[in-house]
Amino acid sequence: MFVRGLKRKCFDGEEDIEGTLAGIKAIPSYNLQRQSLLDMSLVKLQLCHMLVEPNLCRSVLIANTVRQIQEEMTQDGTWQMINTQSTGQASLDRLVSTDILCRSSRDPAEGKHVPGYGTFSKDFESDQAQDSSETMSTASSVQAPRNLQSNMWEMETPQENKGNFQKSLDQIFETLENKSPNSVEDLFSEVDNSYYDLDTMLTGMMSNTKMGHCDSLETFSSPTNTASNSNCKSDLNDLDHIVEILVES
Amino acid sequence: GFGSLMQDVLWCFSQVKGTIDPGVTEADIISTVEFNHTGELLATGDKGGRVVIFQREQESKNQPHRRGEYNVYSTFQSHEPEFDYLKSLEIEEKINKIRWLPQQNAAYFLLSTNDKTVKLWKVSERDKRPEGYNLKDEDGRLRDPSMITMLRVPVLRPMDLMVEATPRRVFANAHTYHINSISINSDYETYMSADDLRINLWNFEITNQSFNIVDIKPANMEELTEVITAAEFHPHHCNTFVYSSSKGTIRLCDMRTAALCDRHAKFFEEPEDPSNRSFFSEIISSISDVKFSHSGRYIMTRDYLTVKVWDLNMENRPIETYQVHDYLRSKLCSLYENDCIFDKFECVWNGSDSVIMTGSYNNFFRMFDRNTKRDVTLEASRENSKPRAILKPRKVCVGGKRRKDEISVDSLDFSKKILHTAWHPSENIIAVAATNNLYIFQDKVN
Repeated sequence: MFVRGLKRKCFDGEEDIEGTLAGIKAIPSYNLQRQSLLDMSLVKLQLCHMLVEPNLCRSVLIANTVRQIQEEMTQDGTWQMINTQSTGQASLDRLVSTDILCRSSRDPAEGKHVPGYGTFSKDFESDQAQDSSETMSTASSVQAPRNLQSNMWEMETPQENKGNFQKSLDQIFETLENKSPNSVEDLFSEVDNSYYDLDTMLTGMMSNTKMGHCDSLETFSSPTNTASNSNCKSDLNDLDHIVEILVES
Repeated sequence: GFGSLMQDVLWCFSQVKGTIDPGVTEADIISTVEFNHTGELLATGDKGGRVVIFQREQESKNQPHRRGEYNVYSTFQSHEPEFDYLKSLEIEEKINKIRWLPQQNAAYFLLSTNDKTVKLWKVSERDKRPEGYNLKDEDGRLRDPSMITMLRVPVLRPMDLMVEATPRRVFANAHTYHINSISINSDYETYMSADDLRINLWNFEITNQSFNIVDIKPANMEELTEVITAAEFHPHHCNTFVYSSSKGTIRLCDMRTAALCDRHAKFFEEPEDPSNRSFFSEIISSISDVKFSHSGRYIMTRDYLTVKVWDLNMENRPIETYQVHDYLRSKLCSLYENDCIFDKFECVWNGSDSVIMTGSYNNFFRMFDRNTKRDVTLEASRENSKPRAILKPRKVCVGGKRRKDEISVDSLDFSKKILHTAWHPSENIIAVAATNNLYIFQDKVN
């Protein structure tokens, strides 16, 4: 349970990264809280478009929260600091989706509102023609939150929706494969039942080496066998149907 | 009056409907509760797509203390689960809202809606049936015409009362997003249905067309930052309606000004308190319910921690703010983690607009008297379920020493949430939905 009401300290124009680091270490708990909130929010966004149509209000509120955090982190300069740290071991302790955000292809010092979702739209338009099975390069990693968001909102065009769905599934599965099981379990050790789906899905995936889409989707059905989580309404017939659509597209 | 002052009203347990079984079948979870305009009927909808209507029994001179109990009148399956093959997504059969039409003849009419489809149901009684047909016998089998030697006139004979529910209209395929509200216009000829981004106006007689009157969908969906959370028609002015948003704003629109009411006539928003700002400020400001007062002079809104009353003539701040469970303010991070922060609580007025009621966690619900400024917390539980037992006020301990009858914040059961309540239009009778049980409370008869 996090303590609320910690005062935020201002970083006054420290260009030196070391100095910024020192400043952050002085108040580690606020930044950790904020980072954890960001991670949690991204997990929630990923979970919400799995099987049932997502609650749009909830998704919008979570996305707005993510945007707020990113804006603040940009102002604080911590966004820049995390960028330079992204190749370190520390990044594995975070959800990989945060990694995706951190490996921005643009320099935040340009002054553009890079972490905001708005700037991803141009990338998305130009990259939409790219092969969806590309490995996680920096460019495509920047796509992930954009894909997730567009997948959440845009329920109207089935064709585009399927493409997005496949793309974001690609990214979620591929990136999750790279996680070491221990850090994932640590991350979720205190999470309550509402994360059960993701937990079981991850466990199921860790036990398989290389998975195609069909295999990945099959693990969705395991939660209903192992636990009566009423949120997971996966019917094997429906899953087959989803797989059929993905394979066809 | 009928006891609008808090100190005069003692609430008593009257009835509870639903299984005592501690295990909850998901389909039995009540998702909406609504009295009809006279209070004679009480309807509930559940996650399984069923509607159950209770009818108040006539008060008996022999048993004056049993003030009109509600008994099951009709049960029917309103909506079925569907699968949208284009999007590969399920469409839930859960009944989001029920709204009654005023009674115009012997039959009762109500609107019920799930995420996508609104239906008009007719509930009517049959207590006679024709007997003595010429061409078929009592079992319904056709008779051989050549064997008929005489003619008779069928007569109506009494039968056991049968209540039938028939779907009279189905209003489908008009909502891309999930319907959160339906509201019947005071002209009784039209109604509106609101989803996350659009509001449509329907005529009861026409099911293949609706007018779009509000559309907040941005051209570029990436720019979406706000959704519609609730909408309601003014009780008397058929051209006026309000809708609330996830950013804590309310817009009042006049349908006479334009066909598409994208420009509001009034905009209600309270300025943010900078001292209370956190990452959760926007989420807890999201309005989960909006209700006009019976008089039409005020609107009431519910957000995560408060209930607010607004005067239609003052847009810059509410005239009253009531704290529902402010002790949760320090727990917002946990409530975000377990998704409770997204719970949508409803709120209701009593018949005279003097008392407002809303639900909370741990099966608690709260009432606020607008005149005396007193409030009370009551609990819907099986332990307090002896007939005519007076409900004891409950108290949450926020810190320091916990008194004997108090409950600490950390002991609250967040899975027991009262999201849906209803107040009889003219009497002190309330219906409270606690997961899969419906509680009915009445004020103490002197």
